[in-house]
Parts: sequence; structure tokens; C-alpha cells
Amino acid sequence: MKNRIVICAVLCFYGIALGQYPDGNDVLNDIDHNLSSRNRIVTSKMVIHGRRGSRTIESQSWVQGTEKSFTEYLAPAREKGTKMLKLEDNLWMYSPSTDRTIQISGHMLRQSVMGSDLSYEDMMEDPKLTNQYDAVVTGTEDVEDRECWLLELTARTKDVAYHFRKIWVDQERKVPLKQELLAKSGKLLKRLEMKDVTWMDERWYPKRLIFKDMLKTGEGTEFIVDSIQFDVDIPDYIFSKAALRR
Amino acid sequence: MIKFLMKGLIRDKHRSLFPALVVILGVMLTVLLNCWVKGIMGDMVDFNAKFLTGHVKVMSRAYAENVDQIPNDLALVDVDGLVEELRRDYPDMEWVTRIRFGGLLDVPDDAGETKAQGPAVGLAVDLLSKETKEIDRLNIQKAIVRGHMPQIPGEILIGDSFAQKLGVNPGETATLLSSTMYGSLAIQNFTVTGTVVFGVNAMDRGAMIIDISDAQMALDMQDATGEILGYLKSDMYQDQKAKRVQASFNAKYADTQDEFAPVMLRLPEQNDLASMIDYIDSVSGIVVTVFVLVMSIVLWNAGLIGGLRRYGEIGLRLAIGEFKGHVYRLMIAESLLIGIFGALLGTAVGLGISYLLQTYGINAGSFFKNATMMLPNTFRARITPEAYYLGLFPGLVSTVLGTGLSGIGIYRRKTAQLFKELEV
Repeated sequence: MKNRIVICAVLCFYGIALGQYPDGNDVLNDIDHNLSSRNRIVTSKMVIHGRRGSRTIESQSWVQGTEKSFTEYLAPAREKGTKMLKLEDNLWMYSPSTDRTIQISGHMLRQSVMGSDLSYEDMMEDPKLTNQYDAVVTGTEDVEDRECWLLELTARTKDVAYHFRKIWVDQERKVPLKQELLAKSGKLLKRLEMKDVTWMDERWYPKRLIFKDMLKTGEGTEFIVDSIQFDVDIPDYIFSKAALRR
Repeated sequence: MIKFLMKGLIRDKHRSLFPALVVILGVMLTVLLNCWVKGIMGDMVDFNAKFLTGHVKVMSRAYAENVDQIPNDLALVDVDGLVEELRRDYPDMEWVTRIRFGGLLDVPDDAGETKAQGPAVGLAVDLLSKETKEIDRLNIQKAIVRGHMPQIPGEILIGDSFAQKLGVNPGETATLLSSTMYGSLAIQNFTVTGTVVFGVNAMDRGAMIIDISDAQMALDMQDATGEILGYLKSDMYQDQKAKRVQASFNAKYADTQDEFAPVMLRLPEQNDLASMIDYIDSVSGIVVTVFVLVMSIVLWNAGLIGGLRRYGEIGLRLAIGEFKGHVYRLMIAESLLIGIFGALLGTAVGLGISYLLQTYGINAGSFFKNATMMLPNTFRARITPEAYYLGLFPGLVSTVLGTGLSGIGIYRRKTAQLFKELEV
């Protein structure tokens, strides 16, 4: 009798505990609502911390949904005028010094962008996590004094760069504050931290991201959003190969 | 006495032919294998020295720790001063700067867009200076199969199979996509002036050879280089000399903790060459020992059979008063003569076959088609001075040992029984 009461108590407690966690996919939807948009224009700086010092690369990007993006590098002088165009799964790069349009594909997509901790694949990734992952909330944790849900994501398809992800999501603002990107073997490949979360255009958005490639030594790459506009009109010609040579 | 023994051996071929054949075969194989192993080892060491390691190599400490990744972001800077210092302090050596790099070679179509692209393994050496010896050292001129050597900046050579895969011909443009020393994107147009075949699959599949000044410009490496290679003026690697130079150079930077300070490594300390050389030496020694043992056992067996056949002869000699020790010593002397003859003939045959293999070699390129190791396609033997006398050791030891073991039976013959045997 006594044993039955103990078992029931444990099951009840477990049930209550489970019931306190939201559905993982609902949390993902909330994240996507904050971070994704119909389109956006971003002016940003990428600060790359290398072993010989730091470099800052300025760029402007036009992004339409998850399939189209156009980036022009503005500084420093060596990078100025270099442009990148992503259309679905294809990526092209234009270099004004050589007047060449080069398609980046295959294993090149895993190479680092401008020596940073991001790869071309990271840049091309579908930002909507709900499209590729199933999520489960497995606990709570504090990150920088913010209460967070700990989400564990598993890819639904094989063609994703990171099969597993762990995301610490701000419970109040529904913005990821920390992410760990893992391979299928469970090996930690990259770590992201999102800082300076700001309320803008009816959403919370992180203005500073720190990427760290865990397979490289160094202090990682900072991505700083100088300005961002959501859901503005972007002419179609921007997302064409002709625009690379303009 | 020797003349007497020789007559006996020549007249009675049964006691000399088989042992001589065994010795000839065994010595031939020993000499051949030794020359073959020395040839492969020598080729690998030479090849590595010329293309990759030099006799000594100077890199930054950080670069040296990650050398397999060709980390040009960790390259040496202020290199002009460093090279001048090396030439002044070590005038017995030749110092050259090289940059190795990886990237993509992209070939444009008429519209300037990508027609074909493939991963390139780049090697930047001094091609354009009048006094450069790199062209001869790397045999570049002889390796050109189409087109010609680069003559001005902006011109490159690429592997012939690489060129065919990309569909690019001499005179056409190819664009290099790589990373600068500071991690930025490096995109540079070059004119392909010629194609090369080095006979090394790993290189021919993606080789790109450019002048070092072009690499320094494209990769933003002004007054910088990945590696400074040093070659002894004799062109042969000498470990003691290299050790002296290394010790002297590294002592200058022993006190600094700077990860970009230069460090010098010798040839055996790079690319696991030391362990490979030791391994090949051990294998060579083991093979010779095994041959000696096997030949000894065969000759022991032959000696026993010969002993049976000469049972009567030996019995008669003992019966007429010859001492057992004298008979035994004469048998050993006979085996020595057979051993010398067999060893000389076996060495001659072994050297002859080795000479053919040294001249023509064996093309094993099809086995290493997809190899990423830097191995030559054709393996050749190499006749070294020790090959001329190496065969004497197994030839003589095996015959003497075999006869010595089989001849022990003489001491068991009892004089009392001899006459009874002779009655028969």
C-alpha cells in the first residue's frame, strides 16, 4: 500500500513537471516570428578575431524570405565592391578586381567566409528552424540573468549542416540567447551567443551575435547589426546575377 | 690445397652445383632487395626534400605546429631580413622562400561566369629571377608537356590532368579563389602558360605553380612567406651538417615565447620521414637476416644429403688415417669456395637486375591513382656502394653454417665400425 502511494506521488510530480514545459515546436515558432521576416535590409559589421589581430568587414545585405539574399561588402578596401548572391541553394560571388562571377558550391560552402567563424553554408542556412527541426523543451537555465527554456532540436532531414542543436531561449522575449550546433556524432561544432537584444519593429532582435567555430583556435567572430529594416520593398532586380556587376 | 679442392668441386658437380645455385639465388635476391629498398627510400627522401621539406626548413612556430593545414595566416613576416641573415650566417647552404596554399581554380566561360572549377594545391617558388635554381631543382622545365614556362608576373603552370579536367588550355585565363594571410578573400586572375606532369598523382590532379611574387601579392603576403627551405650545396642530405645548422639557428630564438618566432626543422623531423627511414632500414636488415637463416637451413639440409652421399668417401679417408678435424676443415673450406663463387655470381646477377630497375623503374602510378601522399609514380632501384659487398655476408655465412652443422656427423663416426662398413 505504502509503495503504491509513493509510485503515484512520483508519477503525479513527473506529470506536473512535464506539464510546466511548453511544446518545443511552439517555442520554435515564437523564435521564428522574432528572427524571420518577409524581407529585411541589414547594414552590419563583422569583427573577425584572428591570431594576428582583429579585422572589421562592413557589409550591406538585402534578404527576401529564406531563398534570396544579396550582400555587398563596403569595407575594408580589399573587400570593397565584392558581392554575393544567394538564390535558393546556389551562391555566386563577384569580384570587381577580377571582373569575375564565381559560383560557390560543394565542399567550398563549408569554407570560412572572409576568414571568419561562419561558413558559406551558415550564411545560406534557412533561418526558419521550424522548417528543418523538431524541438523538445528539456529544462530551464539562466543565461545572463535571463530565465531560459533549454530546447533540444533534432533535424528532420539529412541535408542540414548541424544535425542537433541546443538552444537557450529567453522565456519572456522568445529569442535565443545561446546556441550550440552539433554534428550527428554529438560533437560540438559551433557556439553562438546573441546579445544586445533590442525591441524593434514589434519584435525582439539581437543586435550582436558571437560565432565561435569550436574546431578552430581563436576568439571567434562578432556580427554587429548597425541598422535593420523589416518588411520593406526590395526591387526584384537586386536578386539577379546582373546586379552583381552593377 | 685450394687448387685441389677446386678440382674436386669442378669434377664432382653433385656436391657443388646445388649449393652454388642456392647461394647465387639467395645472394641475388638479397642484393636486389637491398638496392630496391634503397632506391625507394632514396627517391622518397629526395622527392620530399625537393618539393616539401628541404634539407632544413624555417617556419614560424605556430605554422610548424599546424604545418599539415598550410596555415598561411601563421606565416613568417619580415622575411627579407631573415633570408639575408640565413645567407650570411650559413653560406654553405642555399636558402629559398616558398609559399604553399590551397584554393579553388575557376575557369570562366565567354560571359566571365564559371565554366569549370576544381580544388588547387598551389606552390609558389621563384620562377622569374635570373639566378633562380628552383626550376632545375623541381625539374619544372622538363615536366612541361604543353605550353611554356611563365615569363612574366601573372602567368602560371597547372597539372596537365587538372587542365584537362577544367577544360583550360595554355594561353587561357583561370581565376584563383583562396584566402589571404589575414583571412580575407583572395581572388586573382592568372594566365595559364603551360601544363606539367610531375609523375606524382597527388600533385598532377590539382597542382598550380606560380611565381612567389605573384603569390605574395594575391595572398597579401608582402615581405612574408610560409616556408624558407635550406639545401646543402652538395645536394645530398647530411644529417650531421644539418644538425649543426639547426642547433645554431634555433639557439638564437630559444629565449623568446613569441609563437611567430622562426624555428628550423631538419628533413627527418618532417612528414614522419625519420620513422619511415628507420622502418625501411629495419625491414632491410630483417630481410637480410631472414635470407641468411633460410639459406643456412637449406644448405644444412643439402650438406646432410651430401654427407650421406659421401659417406663412403669420408669413411675411407678416416680409415686411412685422416684426422676427423682435418676432414671437417676441408669440408668447410670447400663450402667457403662455393660460398665465394656463389656470392660473386649472385651479386653480379643482382646488380645487373638492379641496374635495369634503376634505369627503367616500375610504374606503380595506377596503384596510387587516388592517393594524397606525395609519392612518385615510378619506383627505381638504387645501386649503392654497399650493394657490391653486401651479398658476401649471407653467401659465406650460410654455406659455412650449413656445412658446419651437417659436418658434425663426422665426429660421430666410430673408427671401429669403419672397417666393417668398408667390408660391404
